[in-house]
Amino acid sequence: MTDLLWILIALPLTGAFINIVFGKRIGEPLAGWLGFVLVGSAWAIAVVPTLGLLTGSGTPETIYLFSWIPVVGADAAILWDPLSALLTMIVTGVGALIHLYSIGYMHGDERFARFFGYLNLFIASMLILVLASNYAVMFIGWELVGLSSYLLISFWFKKPSAAAAGKKAFIVNRIGDWGFLVALMIIFASFGTFDFGVIFTTAPVVLTTGAATAITLLLFLGATGKSAQIPLYIWLPDAMEGPTPVSALIHAATMVTAGVFMMARSAVLFELAPISGVTIAVIGGATALLAAVIAVTQMDIKKVLAYSTISQLGYMVMGVGVGAYSAGVFHLSTHAFFKALLFLGAGSVIHGMADEQDMRKMGGLRKAMPVTFVTMTVGWLAISGIFPFSGFWSKDEILAATFQRGGPWLILWAVGILAALLTAFYMTRLYVLTFLGKPRWAEGTEPHESPWTMTLPLAVLAVAAVIFGVFNTPARLAFEHFLEPSFALISHAEPLDLPLAAVLALFALVVAIGGIAWSWFRYNRDELPVEEGGFWQRGLNGFAVDDLYGRVIVEPGKKVCEWFADSVDPKGIDGVSHGIAQGVRTAGDGLKTLQSGQVRSYAGGIAIGAVVLILAVLALGGGF
Amino acid sequence: MPVLTILLVLPIVGALVVAVLPKRRPELIYPISLVVSILPLAVAGYILWNFTVGDASFQFTEDISFNETIGFGWRVAVDGVSLFMVVLTALLFPIAIAASHAVTDRLKTYMILMLVLETGVLGVFLSLDLLLFFAFFEIVLIPMYMLIAMWGSENRAYASMKFVLFTAAGSAFLFASIIALGLLAGEQIGTLASFDFRTMLDVELTRTTQILLFSGFAIAFAIKVPLFPFHTWLPDAHTEAPTAGSVLLAGVLLKMGTYGLLRFNVTLFPEITVDFGFWLALLGVVGIVYGAAVAIVQPDIKRLVAYSSVSHMGFIVLGIFALTSQALQGSIFQMISHGLTTGALFLLIGMVYDRTHTRKIADYGGLAKVMPVFAGLFLFSAFASAGLPGLSGFVGEFTILIGSYLTFPTLAIISASGVILAAIYLLWAYERVFTGPITNSKLEALKDLNVREIAILLPLVILIIGLGVYPKPVMDRIEPSVNLMLDRIEAVTDYQVPEFGGSDDTVDIEYGEIEYEEHEGGDG
Amino acid sequence: MTLTISWFLILAAALFSIGVAGVLIRRNALVMFMSIELMLNSVNLTFVAVSRELGLIEGQVAALFVMVVAAAEVTIGLAIIVAVFRRKASANVDELAELRG
Repeated sequence: MTDLLWILIALPLTGAFINIVFGKRIGEPLAGWLGFVLVGSAWAIAVVPTLGLLTGSGTPETIYLFSWIPVVGADAAILWDPLSALLTMIVTGVGALIHLYSIGYMHGDERFARFFGYLNLFIASMLILVLASNYAVMFIGWELVGLSSYLLISFWFKKPSAAAAGKKAFIVNRIGDWGFLVALMIIFASFGTFDFGVIFTTAPVVLTTGAATAITLLLFLGATGKSAQIPLYIWLPDAMEGPTPVSALIHAATMVTAGVFMMARSAVLFELAPISGVTIAVIGGATALLAAVIAVTQMDIKKVLAYSTISQLGYMVMGVGVGAYSAGVFHLSTHAFFKALLFLGAGSVIHGMADEQDMRKMGGLRKAMPVTFVTMTVGWLAISGIFPFSGFWSKDEILAATFQRGGPWLILWAVGILAALLTAFYMTRLYVLTFLGKPRWAEGTEPHESPWTMTLPLAVLAVAAVIFGVFNTPARLAFEHFLEPSFALISHAEPLDLPLAAVLALFALVVAIGGIAWSWFRYNRDELPVEEGGFWQRGLNGFAVDDLYGRVIVEPGKKVCEWFADSVDPKGIDGVSHGIAQGVRTAGDGLKTLQSGQVRSYAGGIAIGAVVLILAVLALGGGF
Repeated sequence: MPVLTILLVLPIVGALVVAVLPKRRPELIYPISLVVSILPLAVAGYILWNFTVGDASFQFTEDISFNETIGFGWRVAVDGVSLFMVVLTALLFPIAIAASHAVTDRLKTYMILMLVLETGVLGVFLSLDLLLFFAFFEIVLIPMYMLIAMWGSENRAYASMKFVLFTAAGSAFLFASIIALGLLAGEQIGTLASFDFRTMLDVELTRTTQILLFSGFAIAFAIKVPLFPFHTWLPDAHTEAPTAGSVLLAGVLLKMGTYGLLRFNVTLFPEITVDFGFWLALLGVVGIVYGAAVAIVQPDIKRLVAYSSVSHMGFIVLGIFALTSQALQGSIFQMISHGLTTGALFLLIGMVYDRTHTRKIADYGGLAKVMPVFAGLFLFSAFASAGLPGLSGFVGEFTILIGSYLTFPTLAIISASGVILAAIYLLWAYERVFTGPITNSKLEALKDLNVREIAILLPLVILIIGLGVYPKPVMDRIEPSVNLMLDRIEAVTDYQVPEFGGSDDTVDIEYGEIEYEEHEGGDG
Repeated sequence: MTLTISWFLILAAALFSIGVAGVLIRRNALVMFMSIELMLNSVNLTFVAVSRELGLIEGQVAALFVMVVAAAEVTIGLAIIVAVFRRKASANVDELAELRG
């Protein structure tokens, strides 16, 4: 059964090929259905072996496919274990739903088939990433999801902003990839292979703490790119230029979590490097808080969700940093459901409002879009951390794990709580401004509910967002047990005492409700509060981080390049070669006067030369 | 059967065939040239097919001595290092000739020069006699000069002269070194001279002689590669050359430099390579960063790709002097890959240049709307060139980086930043040329690629994907020769190829089994 | 007084010097040309004389070579002079400076 797992990758890849090359002839809506069916079948195929792992009838295993680059020992092989099975289910499951949604959302787009080709390509790339059994193949997936992300963000390339956003995403990610690549060099130099099995079993013997720290920090640099953490998070808000299903699938549910997945996969290495753990946790916490603050000030419904995603990713990264890998992955899973739901809901709203994204021009959509309204309510409560929705359980687990470390880690815990408060605040703001209150629509807007292809995925995701949390309550850690084989090689912290866990959870719940209430009373009224100037203005602008990078890195970098191109090359290096050429020319100009054209002067020269030669020979006592 | 001689003579015979065609019948000249250029490809295919995998020595060797006294002869052979250079050459020439459809002026001369050039390039890769090698090395210069000077664009006189002068300056050093080495080799075997590569392997030289000869070879090849700071001829030559010229220049002519470094510098002077290789690798790394940085701000798309070549060739030089099996295999692989990806980029630029007659990025914008297939293929080639995994460029660069880290960690880490810079220059160029609204009204009427143009690109696209996904057949043929080279270096010098941990450990942990029983006892 | 080789060599030297002087002093291309022939023949004389003195045949072979080359040279040289004369109506070499750098 597991021998055929390569089909999981092959199915969407086939779809990508067909839709990209022959898409025009297939046309709408067939291309969309083709993409959906292929990804859906991949999900269906993955169900059985996943159940096998779940029930214990199957075992984790590595499936060898073929030798890729023999000299660095990189084989194309699939690692099928609970972690990869979980991610496969999420990627294909959420992916299939979003394909279905896109059939409605992309209706009428002139490059309809191309869109599904790219989506399929993304699913295939993401599966390569999560199913990889070594770092080299993981890096293939890592880069290919970046490619798909680039293609999909700049899908509407006629808009200059979309094209620029795609480019920015790819380049910023490449900065992170540099870290990943250097980490791979060190890994190969230390282990002589990229294979997870060998690396994780021998790491404690082979690696010094220094090497482990270097590797993990570099890997983390890669993760800050892909998972949008400080300092490389700036690409994600811009990535909202892409079609909304893309934002839901790639920039919320799956690709951006790749960094967290990669770190969870490398848990053994991170365990060996305590300094990295601290760094990662601090950066994760800082990102969670900063992004939450910015999210509070945003007016664009998708931008709110984008910063929210960054913030939630911060939680996951913090989880990994404190060593709570299962908790991080658990939050990854619940987040995949509720954030995909929120994005798709937002997409449905944007679709219904004729591409309006400004929340100030929404309001009162509750009646016009009932299904969207109800499902969004679920998503809102889930992300805010309200009992018993999934977000409550997963976020709580990370906070609890941080709390458990005690000492200075409590500061980080407080940061997490503060971010949770802000999360509840801005999500309520979004919810209220969009669905409640009086309509503030622009002239002539007639909101309508979306077709069933769009609402059905919303409903399915809403159900998942409600129930998924109960798989891992502090009382019944089913999820953690399921993942245990993947984290078998690291030591586990003792689970928290139930009473303490309950107190912490209750506290987090109170904070969340407080945030909701605060926001509710602030925004659920006829006169919206004025949010201009000072903090609001700077927040809306993302605290000018983009400008800062522009001034400090991009502009000076460009100056240096121009200096190379305009001075060093033409004047410096070519200056030397032109100088030599000029020297030869000057010498020629001087010598050419000897060439008088007069035969007799040449003859005289020959005669004089002959005499001089003869005299020289005689003077030196030659053979005469 | 003297396969290699047949391979070398076929293009010349083809040139003679083209020479007797009537000048005023271009509709005959184009297809016949194409057909005669495909024949060497067939022979190269035969060689590839019959090449013994796992054999590190020279194969298909032919050895006819012309003159015993000066030890000069017709000595040709292939091994794992040259095999793919030969195949790449035989592949790119038909493609370049097919892409010369737009040439109308003096087509017959053009095709004859192309075919002569092919013999020259093949000869460079096949020669086992240094005098013969030098002869072919110089033969290449003349047709290429004429291709640029006669069919180039506005600034062709300057560019072609620069190309010739730079290369000839290097050749002077090369020639002097070859003659000196030949005389010294002859002295030791009791003849006036000997230019047989295989006898040169055993020549005993003093250290000073070695350094001088090494420098002579290195300067010539560094100019050809081109290595920073000898690279300034390349952007000019590329920009002014006709499309086919640029394709061949980037695709195979530059490889003559790296091939020479590998075949002669590393193989003949192992001690000097070990002692001074770092400095050449450093120049390579400077080239990687510098070439990429200059490429970012180029206003001319062809110049941009030319500078990207400087960057990519830097990787190859780094890999060569890193002296590990990984890096060397990666370098040779990257030579193939760079030929394919940069060849594809130049072909694509040529195709749009034929339509618009401008290379300025600022003249374009929104091209993806009118030429979607072209845009797609360009983006594909750009990503292949930027080293996207799954495509051939990645396999080469990745292997080079991994291998170089073992010897020169700092250099490898710096050069890895090339992946960032490559993404910047290629994607920024793509953004400006292809996306956004159409700014130049002249672009609106452009036609997308036709079937012939797609057919020209298709072999490259297929190979780029094929080699990216399954590079093993190529690597298997390169590996023995590379390892032989390293064994020789280890035998002659104190150098040891860096060891890395755990490579021999075949620890194969079924790491589900360890803890899985526990899971069953859990809540699952 | 026997005819020793010195006489031949002195004669040859004299002829050669006359030739040199002619080439350097005269402006008429035809006369300069004849002076060159004189120099060539003086060398021939040396060759033959030395060859006879040493009893070696090579000197005479060299002389024959020189004669053949001189014959070829005369043909081309005269042709050039005639061609120049047709254009300039003069054989004065000082008026020819087309090759000035």
